[in-house]
Amino acid sequence: MLLIPCPVCNMARPEREFRYAGEAGLVRPHDPGAASDQDWTDYLFARANRKGVHEERWRHLHGCGRFLVVTRDTVNDRVLQSVPA
Amino acid sequence: MTQLFRTSAGGWIDRAAPLRFTFDGRPYVGCAGDTLASALLANGVHLTGRSFKHHRPRGIYSAGVEEPNALVEIDRGPGRRTPNLQATQVELYDGLAARSQNRWPSLRFDALAALGAAPGLTPPGFYYKTFMWPGFAWKRIYEPLIRRAAGLGRAPREPDPDRYANRYAHCDVLVVGSGPAGLSAALAASETGARVVLCEQDGLMGGALRDETRALVDGCAAVDFLKQALEVLRARDNVQVLARTTAFGVYADNLVALAERLGDHLAAPDPSAPRERLWQVRARRVVLAAGAIERPLVFPDNDRPGVMLADAARVYAKRFGVRAGSRALVAASHDSAWLAALELHAAGVDIALLIDTRDAVAPRLREAAARAGVDVQLGTRMRGARGRLRVRSARIEAPNGARDVPCDLVLAGGGWTPTLHLFAHVRGKLVWSDALGAFAPDNVREDLRCAGACNGALDLSGALAEGWREGASAAVFAGFPEPAERAFRVEDDWPCAGGAPAQEAPEGEAYVDIQNDVKASDYAIALREGFRSIEHVKRYTTSGLGADQGKTGNVNASALVGALSGRAAAQVGLTTYRQPYTPVTFGALAHMARGALFEPQRETPTHARALAAGATFEDAGQWKRARAFPRAGETEAQAAAREALAVRGAAGLFDASTLGKIEVAGPDALAFLQRMYVNDFSGLAVGRCRYALMLHETGFVMDDGIVARLAHDRFHVTTTSGGAASALHHMEDFRQTEFTQLRVWLTPVTEQWATLALQGPRARDILAPLVQGFDLSPAAMPHMSVREGALCGVPLRLMRASFSGELGFEINVPADNGAAAWDLLLEAGRPHGLAPYGLEALDVLRAEKGFVIVGQDTDGAQTPADLGMARMVGTRKGDFVGARSLRLPHLASAGRRQLVGLRPRGPAPGLEEGMQLVGASAPAPGTHAQGHVTTVRQSPTLARTIALGLLESGRMRIGETIHALTPDGALELDIVAPAFFDPEGTRLHG
Ligand SMILES: [Zn+2]
Repeated sequence: MLLIPCPVCNMARPEREFRYAGEAGLVRPHDPGAASDQDWTDYLFARANRKGVHEERWRHLHGCGRFLVVTRDTVNDRVLQSVPA
Repeated sequence: MTQLFRTSAGGWIDRAAPLRFTFDGRPYVGCAGDTLASALLANGVHLTGRSFKHHRPRGIYSAGVEEPNALVEIDRGPGRRTPNLQATQVELYDGLAARSQNRWPSLRFDALAALGAAPGLTPPGFYYKTFMWPGFAWKRIYEPLIRRAAGLGRAPREPDPDRYANRYAHCDVLVVGSGPAGLSAALAASETGARVVLCEQDGLMGGALRDETRALVDGCAAVDFLKQALEVLRARDNVQVLARTTAFGVYADNLVALAERLGDHLAAPDPSAPRERLWQVRARRVVLAAGAIERPLVFPDNDRPGVMLADAARVYAKRFGVRAGSRALVAASHDSAWLAALELHAAGVDIALLIDTRDAVAPRLREAAARAGVDVQLGTRMRGARGRLRVRSARIEAPNGARDVPCDLVLAGGGWTPTLHLFAHVRGKLVWSDALGAFAPDNVREDLRCAGACNGALDLSGALAEGWREGASAAVFAGFPEPAERAFRVEDDWPCAGGAPAQEAPEGEAYVDIQNDVKASDYAIALREGFRSIEHVKRYTTSGLGADQGKTGNVNASALVGALSGRAAAQVGLTTYRQPYTPVTFGALAHMARGALFEPQRETPTHARALAAGATFEDAGQWKRARAFPRAGETEAQAAAREALAVRGAAGLFDASTLGKIEVAGPDALAFLQRMYVNDFSGLAVGRCRYALMLHETGFVMDDGIVARLAHDRFHVTTTSGGAASALHHMEDFRQTEFTQLRVWLTPVTEQWATLALQGPRARDILAPLVQGFDLSPAAMPHMSVREGALCGVPLRLMRASFSGELGFEINVPADNGAAAWDLLLEAGRPHGLAPYGLEALDVLRAEKGFVIVGQDTDGAQTPADLGMARMVGTRKGDFVGARSLRLPHLASAGRRQLVGLRPRGPAPGLEEGMQLVGASAPAPGTHAQGHVTTVRQSPTLARTIALGLLESGRMRIGETIHALTPDGALELDIVAPAFFDPEGTRLHG
């Protein structure tokens, strides 16, 4: 079970206090109505699923409630950094 | 019966404390300090079980957690029958009753062994190839047959009456194993103040030090060194020493799970004390000092009772004062087996011959053997073992020819395999070591280090030095000062060499994975079948899939697969070790989380009232919800029908407090809701509400509810009961990360408000006299409006809304007043014919109206248009979550499944939710399903079966028919509009 540092609560807390919320860094098109079908479905479904260092969103659900961007190495499952989303 | 094989002195047992026990009903006597295995051996009992697949007679093979054969069942009364316990790990107590497993009718004569579970009849892949078709036979014939023939112990049938504890702990250094390396690591790590936990799986601390009677450490006997070290550790208040505690799994960020056994070793455990305790320890660094497991030799009939690991026999002699036999043949390919031969010889076991596969060994070994008078033959290997229930002779092949050596014990010492399971749990990298003939850790991790035998240091001085080094390094890593260096002076150590793993696959019953009955020749078959990856070979042969996870066999398996396919063992690799390292009871894993404590139970404010009224309940997530309120003599279905009719004819009262409730407030509250729901709320006046749909960004309906405008900048929003948490999460996600410029705040108030739904033509008559502060008349408070006032003096938030199709109110009062309001309304409603109703009636009422339940009539892939709600989607308000997706081709295309009503022609007892809808009345296999049934209810109002379903282009097909596939054939259904009752909706405006 991961230990995830929460920058809002200012302490590392066990994974079960958090809810995973998918890959970070997705950019919702500024004007979705003007986005092409391809751009929109990429936003919805295309994920990098990186091997190695990647950023993902977690919400400190049973804590401060904030969404965070957590940097994790998917190879060794280490959390490297965590900032508010 | 006397203990004929007990030595007169020595060991960690108390000869003055005899303990009675039974095995298969037969009484024996052992000593305090014995394991079941050592006590059986002291009584000359080797035969302890039948093998998993071939039902071969099997005996005690080891002295530790690697034991593949001696699995027993221990019965301590109802619910306390534990199967598959290793006799080597069961500590003896007075009155212990053990039984052998996997035999019928008796251990000595097993019918299945006689009748055909013979090895030749069950080759590898047997399960995959033999039991294919027909499908029904699997359930009715094959599975019961296999379960009887193969398999180990029987699970107990009664609930476990024992209590299990759980504890969380944090430490700087967790040391796993209390042998020489673990002990010195704990000493070093704790010396400068680091918090250290030292855990040992056995009841007796010390690992290999317990059996070390030759070497001296710093001038003391090893055993005295052990005692002193433990005294030092126990005196340090920064050290916690845990015996009988197995570290069985390492997880992310060094969370280590330990199982501490508290009661099983006692004759009369305190019934109020826990049987086991699960520890969840977060360690800055783990020092793994888990030792090594001796490797068997692979030769025909190497599974016969009386064939045993060489060092195990040494341990039985040293630790338990037990001679494992009278006359032993010792077969070595490693120096440690020489030590075993010499020490057994000293303990009074006649060594018939010591053979070694190597052509040359260190001169000191030959000299030691010569001094002891032990005959030695080099360049000699095992070719077989005779004797069915107990070995009678060993067949050896020496340079000068093959011969049989009479003996009652064959001791095999093929080298040592580092115990790296925990290291592998967190994907530690293993590298092949030629010196060990096994895989060793690369040992470069920051969070987990190996020391001692599990790192390849098989000698005492190496283990002590490595332990100290890793303990000191761990303390520094955790931020403590480095302890002074300590050099251990070891005299008369036994440095070791040798131990090449198996390289050839002999014919016959030469077992590699003894527990799972995998023979050397089976790997050749797997390779012939085209499996090359060791992971595939494992699954095809079942090698390493036993409860012991191949602790004795895995390295031989990899080496053998390599040799048979022209690869080095290093290239073949090892299969993945997984948690748990050794079996853990379900009780320990569940600990407190059983029964009522399994998960929180949420009760509505009127729960006690429903209980008192004899309601039936349904678990909906964590909620307990009343299904119906049966009266004396009524079935639940009859009650639900009566309740539904009461709502249609007079009024009903339903506790809807489980509905999610969110207060949305702030200057931009309206703008936020405009983006979170499909509806256009710009025209929603203060005091009005609207039924609203929430979409995923993918355009599919995720939740529905009511948005009520309390003030210009404040809304009371309801969600489904089951979707309350995810709807809030979804809204918070967009609030915090996407629409961050909006000034809006979300407060979940689900548990602050009790919600009572008062529905039916008499609802207003019942409610109006109790309400203060506003007018309930139809003109003043039309359908879909909201008012705040008081109900008999307590704050009231009243919505006029209906999920039944009748005139209805949703009465929100503070949760603490919910039960009182329930009583008050029932009392006030009695003259009007008011009845409480439950989920069943609610579901009938809404189905009659064709109101969907998100999650029942939807499965996460429906657009508003699919549900006939396209008109709710605001088209002039700009972007909202899911809007763009609704224009994607596959969401906007014709032919999508749409919500329809389905009406059988007559009674349709076979019609069930989930049934597929097809065009033909006698569809051929492979016929395209055009939809499925989502709701089936008996309507008491209409006195018929009604159903809802999702059907391709359903709305265009109203008036046609479709067929539902039931097990008894196709059932014809009329496709109708999804509104069976009052389709114009006049009643809810009453
Ligand atoms: Zn937090």
